[in-house]
Amino acid sequence: MSDPVLKVQNYTVEFWVDGTWYPAAVDMNFEVEAGKVLAIVGESGSGKSTTAMGVMSLLATNARTSGSVKIKGTEVLGADNATLRKFRGKEVAYIFQEPMSALNPVYTIGFQIVETLRTHFDIGPTEARLRAIELIGMVEIPNPEGSFDKFPHQLSGGQRQRAMIAQSLACDPAMLIADEPTTALDVTVQAEILDLMRGLKTRLNSAILLITHDMGVVADMADDILVMKDGHTVEHGTADQIFNKPQHPYTKELLGAVPKLGSTKAREFPYDVTAKPAPVIKLENVTVEYPKRGRIPAFTAVKEFNLEIYPGEIVGLVGESGSGKTTVGRAAIGLIPIKEGSINIVGNDISKASQKELKGIRRHTGIVFQDPASSLNPRLPIGESIGEPIFLAGLAKGEELDRKVEDLLNSVELPRSYRNRYPHELSGGQRQRVGIARALALTPDLLIADEPTSALDVSVQARFLELLQDLQSKLNFACLFISHDLAVVDILSHRIAVMQNGRLVESGDRDAILKRPQDPYTQRLIAAVPVPNPAEQALRRATRLAAK
Amino acid sequence: MRRIVQSFEESKGMAMLKYVSRRIAISIIILVLISATVFIIFNYLPFDPARLSCGKHCTPEIIAGNRHRLGLDVNWWVQWWRFLEGIFAGRNYGEGAALIHCGAPAFGYSFTQHECVTTLLGQALPVTVSLAIGAFIMWLVLGVTLGVISARFRNTWIDRLSTVFVLVGTSLPTFISGLLLLLFIVLKFNLISPLDLGTWHSPLTDPWGWFSSYFWPWLSLALIYAATYTRFTRSNVIETSSEDFIRTARAKGVSERKVLWKHTLRPALAPILTIAGLDFAGLLGGAIITEQIFQLPGLGRLTLQAVLQDYDLPIIVATTTLAAAFVVIANLVVDLAYALLDPRIRIS
Repeated sequence: MSDPVLKVQNYTVEFWVDGTWYPAAVDMNFEVEAGKVLAIVGESGSGKSTTAMGVMSLLATNARTSGSVKIKGTEVLGADNATLRKFRGKEVAYIFQEPMSALNPVYTIGFQIVETLRTHFDIGPTEARLRAIELIGMVEIPNPEGSFDKFPHQLSGGQRQRAMIAQSLACDPAMLIADEPTTALDVTVQAEILDLMRGLKTRLNSAILLITHDMGVVADMADDILVMKDGHTVEHGTADQIFNKPQHPYTKELLGAVPKLGSTKAREFPYDVTAKPAPVIKLENVTVEYPKRGRIPAFTAVKEFNLEIYPGEIVGLVGESGSGKTTVGRAAIGLIPIKEGSINIVGNDISKASQKELKGIRRHTGIVFQDPASSLNPRLPIGESIGEPIFLAGLAKGEELDRKVEDLLNSVELPRSYRNRYPHELSGGQRQRVGIARALALTPDLLIADEPTSALDVSVQARFLELLQDLQSKLNFACLFISHDLAVVDILSHRIAVMQNGRLVESGDRDAILKRPQDPYTQRLIAAVPVPNPAEQALRRATRLAAK
Repeated sequence: MRRIVQSFEESKGMAMLKYVSRRIAISIIILVLISATVFIIFNYLPFDPARLSCGKHCTPEIIAGNRHRLGLDVNWWVQWWRFLEGIFAGRNYGEGAALIHCGAPAFGYSFTQHECVTTLLGQALPVTVSLAIGAFIMWLVLGVTLGVISARFRNTWIDRLSTVFVLVGTSLPTFISGLLLLLFIVLKFNLISPLDLGTWHSPLTDPWGWFSSYFWPWLSLALIYAATYTRFTRSNVIETSSEDFIRTARAKGVSERKVLWKHTLRPALAPILTIAGLDFAGLLGGAIITEQIFQLPGLGRLTLQAVLQDYDLPIIVATTTLAAAFVVIANLVVDLAYALLDPRIRIS
């Protein structure tokens, strides 16, 4: 039998931090054969990316590696730079997570692909250009010749990732290392990129090392799976073994935390469906336009949008990036002025309200933002961040305020002593709890949650969603939950609204939307979500491709 | 599809043209306002050029006569208007037999030097431009190279050596470093004859003479600027080298040399050039101290002389406006160059 493309033995990576060696990956053993996909999964900080970067010695200078890494039988760990350069890009190519920052912004994508080619092959500029255009066409970027001269910022996120892949494939590498290749992309784009990678794998017979935290992507792609936690290998087996007969409790926990589309039981509506109460918020024919700025023409972000949310229900608003869902969320509480239509919050029309009136109306609403790290003031202890809305509303001060803040911390299951901590001393999940506590400080009738879990790991996300559900059933506020993740919306919502290009495409009961979508866009969106089950995912993929 | 792309490209060219012409229009307005400001300031200063130009034996009549001759017997806005008019149409000074004509563009007439200001500027400008261009090239090459090298070898003795250079360079004022250069190198080793100091050698007819007479002034100016630019380049390069796309370049198998000079330096250079352009424009307005030390008859000395010795208003107004014009033009050029260097900056 021939050598595997990549063979890793007793491989350890450590980082030198403040005078000690911290292990990031310990005693790793795995191999990848040609035409196979090994997925390394784990939560952030588990050492999966470090493992992948260390293979080609791309780690920071404070890292040291030991053990053995063999590419097609040649030892590369500890090799000198000149040797490594012969392998980098030629035998082992990388695809990185965020193509915007992973491509050099001052050079065209064509230039960057040509550079890869000419680094490894002795070819002239004209020939390299032709080959690059061919590659750009192969990854299905429209108008390859024109796109050759495009800069990264002129391409969409999906196209950038395609350009990144084209660059990686330039030298027909034997080994492809993809570090979270689709994390920054929308589901439909993700499905296309994964299809592309799968096609290339069969065509070039390369081995793929896939680093991801998304079990759906793993189910879609992997032949073998390695589960990592805190730098250690927890479990290693075939995709079938890991998904269907997981041995280690952590693997089971990880799989259990992944939200699965259509697996939650029906939720009862908190109100009588036949005789609906007065809505908490009613958006009628809402159009939001970002005005013309210099040469940039006016942009209609939301067009003729209608939605009602009744007391005590959660409405999920889904759509891809740029669909206008965040704009709806902000307009709903008067953070963005609307051009046409009306927005009614508990009987107050905010489209015509003055700034002063708006201030009063905002007491009925709360908002949780996407990135908890940047939406909390880093110079304020979290107790003050939470107490600020109460203080500004003039509801309490002094000791009474302190007590309220402590109650709020209690309700989001954070220790009271945390009130004096600063945001940077908290983990991502804890910070998002603070965000919720602040949003609920004034016991609002309406909570807007804008992608609150997109920055969190699955297990943290699962706990956060549980908390949100508990709070919601206790306090009975209405909630507009904005997300790109259908599975998350599935867990929470009573009803779902789907947006595309600023318009409402479809809305209705959760089960109706997820199980019997009427609009072709919704159907495509649902079909593109990978499910964390290899057999089922293979079936879904086949149906999706057949529908094309 | 192709047609759409094409028309988009065309509209981009049009937009660029529109942008440039708008910027030029704004620049002209700014310059007009600056010249007005200069007139207002000098109008309210407690000096009277007519009195100063009169000498010891003065009568009110002579002062009034001088004032009329200097064109100071009218309001500042009339004076300002005549100044603007002179730029385009030329201007006459004095009357009868004493009439002097300065052709367009006339920036005034200096009664202390008995010359049209335009002529004086024409003599001083090549000196200052020579000084500024040479110093600019020298400090950019020196500063950027040293900066890149100390970033590449950061926290080694090379980096520390460059830190020493930066400290010395930034803390030594020109009037010390320039004097030291002049006394202990130029004059001691007789590199320029003291009699030859300040003689104008045209770069067209006598390039070597031009080069050797400006080399030391360049160096003394460049040292200060280069020190700052070394620091600036170093930190920019270090910051850029931690970007993701640098890791991508390494992962492609690109050599370390290319990673540094091609992938890191170009994105890091854009903000450096912005500041360099403005510093250059500042120098064009006249490097007073360096010109004084090396006896170079440039704009700086012209201004200094006008201010200190004679209170020669026409010269001061002209050099101030000219210096402002350089800054305004440099701003425009820098903005356009930035867009070329970093395609992410869309002009809007």
